[in-house]
Amino acid sequence: MATFPLPLGELLGHWGSYVVYLLVGFAFGYVLEIAGFGNSKKLAAQFYFKEMTVIKVMFGAIIVAMVLIFLASGVGLLDYNLVYVNPTYLWPGIVGGLIMGVGFIIGGFCPGTSLVAAATLKLDGIFFVLGVFFGIFLFGETVGGFSEYWNSSYMGRFTLPEWLGLSTGTVVLLVVLMALFMFWGSEKLEQYFGGMDAAKEPKWRIGAGGGLALAAVGLIIIGQPTTLDRWNRIADEKTAALEERTVQVHPAEMLEKLHDDSLKVIMLDVRSEADYNQFHILDAQHVLPEELPEMVPALHLEPANTVFFVMSNDETAATEAWKTLQAESVPNVYILEGGINNWLTLFANDEFLAANPRTPHADDQLAFAFPVALGARQFPAEPDPHHYEFIYESKVILELKRAPVSGGCG
Amino acid sequence: MTTLSSPKTETRKGLRVFSQRVAKDYVNPYYAAILLGIVLFAAFFITGSGLGASGGLNRLLMVVEDAIAPEHVDRTAYLLTMAGGEKNPLDSWIVFLTIGTVFGGAAAGWRNGRIKLETNKGPQISTRQRWLMAFIGGTLMGYGARFARGCTSGQALSGGAVLSVGSWAFMFAVFGGGYAMAYFVRKLWN
Repeated sequence: MATFPLPLGELLGHWGSYVVYLLVGFAFGYVLEIAGFGNSKKLAAQFYFKEMTVIKVMFGAIIVAMVLIFLASGVGLLDYNLVYVNPTYLWPGIVGGLIMGVGFIIGGFCPGTSLVAAATLKLDGIFFVLGVFFGIFLFGETVGGFSEYWNSSYMGRFTLPEWLGLSTGTVVLLVVLMALFMFWGSEKLEQYFGGMDAAKEPKWRIGAGGGLALAAVGLIIIGQPTTLDRWNRIADEKTAALEERTVQVHPAEMLEKLHDDSLKVIMLDVRSEADYNQFHILDAQHVLPEELPEMVPALHLEPANTVFFVMSNDETAATEAWKTLQAESVPNVYILEGGINNWLTLFANDEFLAANPRTPHADDQLAFAFPVALGARQFPAEPDPHHYEFIYESKVILELKRAPVSGGCG
Repeated sequence: MTTLSSPKTETRKGLRVFSQRVAKDYVNPYYAAILLGIVLFAAFFITGSGLGASGGLNRLLMVVEDAIAPEHVDRTAYLLTMAGGEKNPLDSWIVFLTIGTVFGGAAAGWRNGRIKLETNKGPQISTRQRWLMAFIGGTLMGYGARFARGCTSGQALSGGAVLSVGSWAFMFAVFGGGYAMAYFVRKLWN
């Protein structure tokens, strides 16, 4: 498994990990200040084409970070699945962005830069920060009135490569080229409106731009790791876990977890739709194995106390699904031991067995004949945990979540 | 490098505190871009999340709101998630990132002799008008940042680098809003 991002909470403790963020914030503030972002006139000049520092610093930083992130991911150092990608709420994002654009040109800062301005005692920065507090307060008081709109056009973790249907490397190259074109245009505008002399710009900027474009071409060549690549990296360790049966959970333990209010349990039933309709456990979601990879981003956004159980008729398909989810770094995934067949064997009563008798079956096929499709209508779909006493070895251990659940503005 | 804000002209007006250093020029934008890119990458690489600012300010505000009107916080769904009941709104990484940003900005300003009490504004407006506009702009920014679930740092910069569709749409909206409005408020800056 890729080493980065680091499980900071595990390494440094809950409050200890915050020291890292303090240091990251320090570096962030330092760079913003030396870039001149504590000065509102420099920021506002962007909108009159006199000085394009905002565009240069912002897009420059984006392409540098982007190339480094995807290179680190490409060579297997960084797990992109565990990197927080702001979920897309398209229209609220656009409307909020327009409001911010207007606020930017009237007030002369954005929230981050105003902090730096205030820290260097710029009075306009201090008034701006007070305004930001007031604006946040107003939002908290009014969002209740339009929360439906605020939560609309939700697309989850949705990235440009998915949207455009292109490889990550290609998109990275296109973004780099777009940024370089914008820098070229910015310098032209600065010469025309701001009377700047392009000859005074450092020569190395051309080499740096070319280097980023080349790195992006390299990204296209090395590609991003597939689910199979990711599995191969962890195969030894995880195969051992499968063989030692530390991840196959007894049905009674799953039943107990279903009734544990401190957990969120998500059951993924990876059988055929026909089998699912014959019988499934109440609240189990039907997912075809080939649909599973598409679900991964959504599974990563589930809260930290989520436990996933995958199930098939026996264990074969469920084990494959488990491997996919492990490879994609989804935390707390377990297999229902013996699958649905074992579940029914344990929980069905004589009446149920009389109506739906056992039949000989091949591996991972249903072991019961269902004359009528039951879905989740009959009681073995929802057994009462207090009626049964099984002795089993408890296997579910809630691991600390490495992937952050909120971004810089959570 | 010619800048609008030549430090020499500002020194006259500004009251210098903390240091008698001569204010240095800002660094070249491309150089700053590379440094900021490395900081942003390091944030993602080590912690898994990017940078941000408005979330930290939001939580700092929650401390005040929770102290003044705890019942109100407990009854408002949006506030409840941050400071409802026994929840400590400061128990979040973003708060520490925000505090770090303030210290980092102060340290850079101090090293380069740019900490001084002053107001940056266009030549046609008074200092008081500039303060008022800064407050109004800040209010819009704060409101918009929560509306868009992120500010220029948390959405545009961080989300942009990891190729989030929503973050790119947001980024173009910010520049669109700014450029659309710029002509009408040109007196504020020119």
